[in-house]
Amino acid sequence: MRQIYAGRPHTVVLRALYALKTSAWFIVVSGFFEPVFYLLAFGLGLGTLVGSVTGPLGQPVSYAAFIAPALLATSAMNGAIYDSTWNVFFKMRFARLYEGMIATSLGTLDIALGEIMYALLRGLVYALAFMAVMLSLGLVPSVWGILAVPAALLIAFGFSACGMALTSYMTTFQQMDWINFFMLPMFLFSATFYPITVYPEYIRWIIKLFPLWHGIELIRGLTLGQFDVSILWHVLYFVVMIAVGLIATTRRLTNLFMK
Amino acid sequence: MSGQASVHAGASAYFGQRRSAKSIAFGTWYVTEHRLRTMRAYLSSIVTVSVFNPVIYLFALGVGIGSYIDANSGAQGVEGVRYLIFVGPALLVSAALTTAFEECSYPVMGGFKWTREFWAMNAAPINGRQVVNGILLATGFRIVFTVSVFWCCLAAFGASPSGYGILAIPAAILSGLAFGTVIMAVASRLEEDDGWFPIINRLIITPMFLFSGTFFPLDQLPIWLRWLGWISPPLARHAIGTRSRVRYVGTALA
Amino acid sequence: MEKPIDIVIHARGLTKDFGQLRAVDSVDFEVRKGEAFGLLGPNGAGKSTTMRMIASVSKRTGGELSILGLDPNEYGPDIRGHLGVVPQQDNLDLEIKVRENLIVYGRYFGLPMKFLRPKADELIEFVQLTEKAKAKVDTLSGGMKRRLTIARALINEPDILLLDEPTTGLDPQARHVLWDRLFRLKESGVTLVITTHYMDEAEQLCDRLIVMDKGRIMAAGTPASLIQEFSSREVVELRFGSDKNARLAEQLRGFGERIEVLPDRILIYTDTGEEDLARIVERGLRPVTSLVRRSSLEDVFLRLTGRSLIE
Repeated sequence: MRQIYAGRPHTVVLRALYALKTSAWFIVVSGFFEPVFYLLAFGLGLGTLVGSVTGPLGQPVSYAAFIAPALLATSAMNGAIYDSTWNVFFKMRFARLYEGMIATSLGTLDIALGEIMYALLRGLVYALAFMAVMLSLGLVPSVWGILAVPAALLIAFGFSACGMALTSYMTTFQQMDWINFFMLPMFLFSATFYPITVYPEYIRWIIKLFPLWHGIELIRGLTLGQFDVSILWHVLYFVVMIAVGLIATTRRLTNLFMK
Repeated sequence: MSGQASVHAGASAYFGQRRSAKSIAFGTWYVTEHRLRTMRAYLSSIVTVSVFNPVIYLFALGVGIGSYIDANSGAQGVEGVRYLIFVGPALLVSAALTTAFEECSYPVMGGFKWTREFWAMNAAPINGRQVVNGILLATGFRIVFTVSVFWCCLAAFGASPSGYGILAIPAAILSGLAFGTVIMAVASRLEEDDGWFPIINRLIITPMFLFSGTFFPLDQLPIWLRWLGWISPPLARHAIGTRSRVRYVGTALA
Repeated sequence: MEKPIDIVIHARGLTKDFGQLRAVDSVDFEVRKGEAFGLLGPNGAGKSTTMRMIASVSKRTGGELSILGLDPNEYGPDIRGHLGVVPQQDNLDLEIKVRENLIVYGRYFGLPMKFLRPKADELIEFVQLTEKAKAKVDTLSGGMKRRLTIARALINEPDILLLDEPTTGLDPQARHVLWDRLFRLKESGVTLVITTHYMDEAEQLCDRLIVMDKGRIMAAGTPASLIQEFSSREVVELRFGSDKNARLAEQLRGFGERIEVLPDRILIYTDTGEEDLARIVERGLRPVTSLVRRSSLEDVFLRLTGRSLIE
């Protein structure tokens, strides 16, 4: 453990904050708008065409209240994946940043954790902002909804850890395209825009394997008031993702930079 | 020295009176050829995405959400048609715009800044206008491929009820190229990769995609949000408006 | 395991394999406190691999290695806390500013801000980048980046500074500025370990060096002793034109102690260069260019391996 962890992931976060200072603020702010645009377009525009849908407790809910938690989960995923794939890929292969970090007394786990902690910090800001929009549009009927923010962080943590693990195995930009290739159908089919009851049984089971489905169900359950044991399963899914992702990333970085 | 001379004699046989003659005549095509060769490196992802995207979009939005919308809106449908038929052509135009953005954003900036291939082209007797036209032509080839595949998917989903629907293809190509030219103008002026392209993506392309009557007629929005549709670039509204007209012509003649 | 206190790096039978390839093949050397120690050899000789093992980021396949009395396999992070590393390719953080590069790097070692702020300013002055302290890294020239990398490597006040090809790719003026800074460091008592494939750099900077080729040590000693042992005092270089060198070398037999025929020139090793050249011209041989110079480490390497350092 001493070989891979010096207990200083916060120094990697510090580095990211210095880097953030040199990037333009409006780029950072713009990240907030994308899910809001989706919410307005689909929730309010398309919503009038769809009418109401059936919520997790069998109650009719407005289409906007149905997709808002899904968009929160999706934006947590997108942010986490962007930070842990493209950004990490650039730092690893082009900027040789990790090579410099490894030469100090930092370990590979410090690097992995530090990068993820920073991504979560950003994710937290976006999640809070989106939650404020949801609340102001009256889309959070349940008080448990307040837990949606920590839930979004859990989702982001899971995707960051696994995204970083995958990225550490990639060597070309073309391979990176395959990540998007997987994310788009997951976004479109994971009960984001309509309940998966429209699908036949076996497709439903396939969708239930996707991490995003668990994320969406988790947050939707919280904001629409389904606070029961099923939530534990979704949480467990992400805890496993975090553990597997962290171990794989640390191993791979160790093999890459300390061979 | 004799070796040197013979090299010259070899190349000279292919040149005319002036060594720039061929470049002046065919420069645009040489640039296009270069771009197409570059595309070959990621051909597999171009082809896969071209087929895969229409299928999943049409399935998830047209069929999935469509089943709810059609049930809710009953016989009169959305603007008189099933939702799949409403949304399909709009997605086709969007695919053309996305492709244009991909080819005219980072690759153009990179040609100046990273690979510096435009400087190399200019060092050979190829001028700036030929570079621009060449890239646009190559982008055009890719758009033709993407929208053709998309149109076949539309047809397979039964989302293009009349043969005139095929006019959506030239309409999408024109829209894509017009949009690509604008992006190229921006890309060629960027000195640093400060994240302008993600900004354009988030603040221009996404709202354009969502609020140009793509997924729902604009009058479905609450009045306080319609301005989003009105300010979204006229180009996009025209592009997506064109497909509406194509669709109307199609359904009228059907 | 008792070692004299002034040995900071100790290697015995040090070996590194990458799959089937043996990159470093059982090398023995010692580095003393405060000296400048060089690893000289062509690309692929195993210098950088040896350097990475010393930097405690690469595990050895066999043999013994101890740095400051510690085994890097066990105490990697602890040893790295005592080292400064200047890698072959700059890996400065382009997203943050010059001074921030030093501070952030110092934080990786767990050093507090109140130590790092004055230290960063001091080092920026030492590497003559004061005007650039608030600049972005990509506005720096190649030589400036190299100097910043050296400043960064000094942020933790290391006992040993590892420099992998420190001046490769720099123009002559920038090299001299860099050498000057390295001299000052040596004078202040920092141990330097330098890999290079430039003989002039090794001669300028190194107190002692090992010559490596194909993972093995070919020779060890001070620059002067190596030249004395493996070369003559002077060298006559003759160029007759690419296709004539080999043919004319026949007619030069008998001159000097030894003759090397390279694709572009002929080298005659001798103690009396000017006289030999005069006699060659008397024989009616007309080289396109000719030169008499002192022997260098390049000649030592050629003698030991039959190849040039820079190919």
